[in-house]
Amino acid sequence: MAQLTQRAATFQRTLSAAVSSTRCLSTASTSPISVETSLPFTGHKIDPPSRSVETTPQELLSFFRDMALMRRMEIAADSLYKAKLIRGFCHLYDGQEAVAVGMEAAITKKDCIITAYRDHCIFLGRGGTLLESFAELMGRKDGCSKGKGGSMHFYKKEGGFYGGHGIVGAQVPLGCGLAFAQKYSKDENVTFAMYGDGAANQGQLFEALNMAALWDLPAILICENNHYGMGTAEWRAAKSPAYYKRGDYVPGLKVDGMDALAVKQACKFAKEHALKNGPIILEMDTYRYHGHSMSDPGSTYRTRDEISGVRQERDPIERIRKLILSHDLATEKELKDTEKEVRKEVDEAIAQAKESPLPDPSELFTNVYVKGLGVEAFGADRKELRAVLP
Amino acid sequence: MASSLRRVGRLGASINGGGRCLSGLSTGNEVLKSPQESGISKPINLFSAINQALHIALETDPRAYVFGEDVGFGGVFRCTTGLADRFGKRRVFNTPLCEQGIVGFAIGLAAMGNRAIAEIQFADYIFPAFDQIVNEAAKFRYRSGNQFNCGGLTIRAPYGAVGHGGHYHSQSPEAFFCHVPGIKVVIPRSPQQAKGLLLSSIRDPNPVVFFEPKWLYRLAVEEVPEKDYMLPLSEAEVIREGSDITLVGWGAQLSVMEQACVEAEKDGISCELIDLKTLIPWDKETVEASVNKTGRLLVSHEAPVTGGFGAEIAASIVERCFLRLEAPVSRVCGLDTPFPLVFEPFYLPTKNKILDAIKSTVNY
Repeated sequence: MAQLTQRAATFQRTLSAAVSSTRCLSTASTSPISVETSLPFTGHKIDPPSRSVETTPQELLSFFRDMALMRRMEIAADSLYKAKLIRGFCHLYDGQEAVAVGMEAAITKKDCIITAYRDHCIFLGRGGTLLESFAELMGRKDGCSKGKGGSMHFYKKEGGFYGGHGIVGAQVPLGCGLAFAQKYSKDENVTFAMYGDGAANQGQLFEALNMAALWDLPAILICENNHYGMGTAEWRAAKSPAYYKRGDYVPGLKVDGMDALAVKQACKFAKEHALKNGPIILEMDTYRYHGHSMSDPGSTYRTRDEISGVRQERDPIERIRKLILSHDLATEKELKDTEKEVRKEVDEAIAQAKESPLPDPSELFTNVYVKGLGVEAFGADRKELRAVLP
Repeated sequence: MASSLRRVGRLGASINGGGRCLSGLSTGNEVLKSPQESGISKPINLFSAINQALHIALETDPRAYVFGEDVGFGGVFRCTTGLADRFGKRRVFNTPLCEQGIVGFAIGLAAMGNRAIAEIQFADYIFPAFDQIVNEAAKFRYRSGNQFNCGGLTIRAPYGAVGHGGHYHSQSPEAFFCHVPGIKVVIPRSPQQAKGLLLSSIRDPNPVVFFEPKWLYRLAVEEVPEKDYMLPLSEAEVIREGSDITLVGWGAQLSVMEQACVEAEKDGISCELIDLKTLIPWDKETVEASVNKTGRLLVSHEAPVTGGFGAEIAASIVERCFLRLEAPVSRVCGLDTPFPLVFEPFYLPTKNKILDAIKSTVNY
């Protein structure tokens, strides 16, 4: 009972925090600002969009907050993994936040996103909560996949998030299937099929691309080029690391994936293009600060200087922080406060997630088939374990 | 018939030692009945044993190559550590992330008379390469009327549970490959076995899929002879003698089964434990002889029970020992669910499940 009240109180706190931050945002000016992207876009068989991006103070502040939240979540996941509260394989997104945030700013929740296993922050971007994330990471009942998926398998159906897939590159053909369904139902939405520079060398990607182009599907292939496919640098694995040109007959655009506004501009442009003309490839030039997964320290195949150089020069959060400060949209202290709030939110979500129970053992047998398999297995007491879905 | 097959298996292994026409340099290796027979040994773990075997394979045959995702840096499990430094980047190299490409490439390399040792980073990722293995590698010799083959091909892949691997780092896909005539499937249980069996697999004139129990990479430590030795394929080994029931398994599951045998002994049940080692073509005679002695059979594997290789063993042994069997063949296996994340302990065929099945089979 006491636990229940406590949980209700935490819930209320999170809610009020959310309300107050919305209020703060809505009072912020919505008058447009025009910002130049860090770098020009490079096009392949297409004229690139303008470098000048329309944004608002509200958008910049929310970019800052969302990215800070994502980063904090990933860093917390790192600690939870090391404390063995997260099991399974875990791939962190810190460094790449601008892609998730910029993409969301250009599209709606009716557009679909499908990605590989580095999926935590995409899920947050689609409207997933911290509690659902941490509970899923720790294999708890309140997780977005009922604790049955873990780090690599986040999904959010009502947010158009078709999830976290485990096999490198396998999600891209699925994305083209989603796009076909969208085109067939004429609902003017598109699918963003995301993959990494490592996956760009998988054969099925090209099969999918051919079908998407052949049938003019509204599919946007997003290559998140973080420059390392697991422990192998892109130049060791790809004859042409110009992934935006890899579609040959499919147009492409190279985008600074560390600049949320450039990502937004590119995704908006790509959506318009895809609805009219079919697929396009966006190569997001980005960087992951962590290793490939938790078993990779991330420092054996690249130098520490390289990592700290990217942090100093290209960090997506710092870029937005500078923009906010230079336009006088908030003070340094206010941004620090936002970071503190975010940290608190993350800590609270972790505490809540830890209270969430493991899924019921009967869940082991559910969802294998639509009506349950009726699996028979011998338990240690020789009684038959039988599970049939209700 | 089957006994001749076994002999062929042994013969095949010894022929390779001397002169599998691929290369004239594979002298110095020998086929051993038991690795203890051979000279100096050191206690090492399983990934180091694999590493030693790969060193020897490259050392003894200049036409041997090792490649796969990240192998140039030692691989995610450190099995290929030091190989690139020692043998150069032309023979030990990283590939892009494209399993179908890796295996297809390996088949071509092997078809030119080379020993292609390809690594698939996890057995769970072998499925993009399934077509290449099933349709290209396995049938190359047959459909070309023996003009071509890719006998020099060995595909290494870590398989099985690790305690927290989740859906895509834990699977045991061996049964899929046991349905494919034309390839061999080999799974070692320990460092000693791993070294000898891997060298045999590499030198075998048939394509081999070699699954390594990743749970044991660091966990299993054993005295392993430093020299070049091979262990025969298609020969099972009785690793524990008993009279009441025969237990058959392979790979990491054997240590779980052995614990169950020890427990059962406390209750006065004498278990015979057999390591199958090679799944196809498998050594039916050893299992048959054992079941004829004990009258009971239990098979255990991590892969789901339905359609698992345990089913094949059960059917074959029922055929051969029908009148001798005193109880139905028992299968203690993974459940018919995807490999679960948080439910791994429920899914796995644990010691207690095996013990329970031993008792119920013996008291049938």
